[in-house]
Amino acid sequence: MADDEQLRAALIEDLDAGFEAVVRAHGDVVHAVARRTSDRTADAEDLAAEALLRAYRALRGYTPERIEGLILRPWLLTILLNTARNDRRDAARRPRTDGVAPVPDRASAAPGPAERAETGDLGDRLAGLLAELPVAQRTAVVLRHVVDLPVAEVATVLACSEGTARSHAARGLAALRARLTADTTEETA
Amino acid sequence: MTDTPTADRPAPDPLLAGLRDLAEPAPTTLTDRVVDGWVRAPSPLGEVYAVAGAGGVRLLRTAAHAGDLEVFLEEYRTRHGRPVRPATRPPRGLLPALRGTGGPPELDLTDVGDFARQVLAATARIPAGQVRPYGWVAREAGHPKAVRAVGTALARNPVPLLIPCHRVVRGDGGLGQYLSGAGDKATLLAGEGLDLDRVADLAAAGTRLIGSDTTGVVCFPSCHHARRITDAHRRGFASLDRARAAGYRPCRDCRP
Repeated sequence: MADDEQLRAALIEDLDAGFEAVVRAHGDVVHAVARRTSDRTADAEDLAAEALLRAYRALRGYTPERIEGLILRPWLLTILLNTARNDRRDAARRPRTDGVAPVPDRASAAPGPAERAETGDLGDRLAGLLAELPVAQRTAVVLRHVVDLPVAEVATVLACSEGTARSHAARGLAALRARLTADTTEETA
Repeated sequence: MTDTPTADRPAPDPLLAGLRDLAEPAPTTLTDRVVDGWVRAPSPLGEVYAVAGAGGVRLLRTAAHAGDLEVFLEEYRTRHGRPVRPATRPPRGLLPALRGTGGPPELDLTDVGDFARQVLAATARIPAGQVRPYGWVAREAGHPKAVRAVGTALARNPVPLLIPCHRVVRGDGGLGQYLSGAGDKATLLAGEGLDLDRVADLAAAGTRLIGSDTTGVVCFPSCHHARRITDAHRRGFASLDRARAAGYRPCRDCRP
């Protein structure tokens, strides 16, 4: 991004003011990825905020030289995906005691992604189908096609080669296309 | 924007368009949830610094006690791991609360432990101009034996003035310590209309509770019911047990 250089300079100049600028510049993409890769959509803002705070805490320990070398967007998204993974692991390990309802299982009365996929408009159906993809494919599709990252950045975030990133995204996309066509055929049949 | 235009597909791909439409912008509240804001505000103890996030006020300190603003902010960043910037305006309700003309503003106590939160919640229920002993707070917080721990929790009150830890005093009637010094505690209580000379006299006389021999109800001396008892009917007690033995029942408002 063109203004990443300005953002890095702002972070070095005044970490807190610079960080606010970083949140304004990259908050949308961090939130969108949180929303489309986490199963609890209501928590997307929490997750995005938590990841951004982790990024801030990391920055506090970074030297100016290290900040100079940061490519902010993939760095923030890597932190986001790690945060989401830790949250999922923690949620699985211990039941919540804070009074918030636990993650509903698929047997609940509320429509699951599959049901939503069959009833809603294209956006809802896509969101539902996306949620059913294997994690690697889902993440790759979200990074590559929802928030429109270049393949190189997708590969950085997934910590894999560009070829692997491209293949995860392509297979995810193909699976979505197949499900979407199948659903549409069922509807018109 | 596909990676490699593999086929002649002049019409836009509805799948790719649909996926791009899933990238909704973040709620406008996201920045406020991540970056906290600080303000200076006037208070009965002079200027205070307050830090608030989207969930409410998180920290308040008197300038006299906190010292240099930059040091205060840096300590906040280190302790809470949160960025903090000058706020455009004070959090809603902060200024009236500091003037004593309104209830507390929204408070964010998520960084406070469960026990301390219960202690602070009990403390928040003490009316202006009244005082309660540490033991009372311990009991109200559901941990009657944790009297010392109550003192520790109140000494770490992140939002003094807004949660009135200055209204918690020693069981023997002495005012006890305060975050920014015992002098500040006396200033605040006197400012709320508490008669400090009378408090000292009662403490010296060993009187902990005041009863009315017409109603048979016994109160903390600063309870508004106790203050209405006329001299002729006022009875002092050294303990609730003594009052009970004399046939008195505890006040339902101040719950001695």
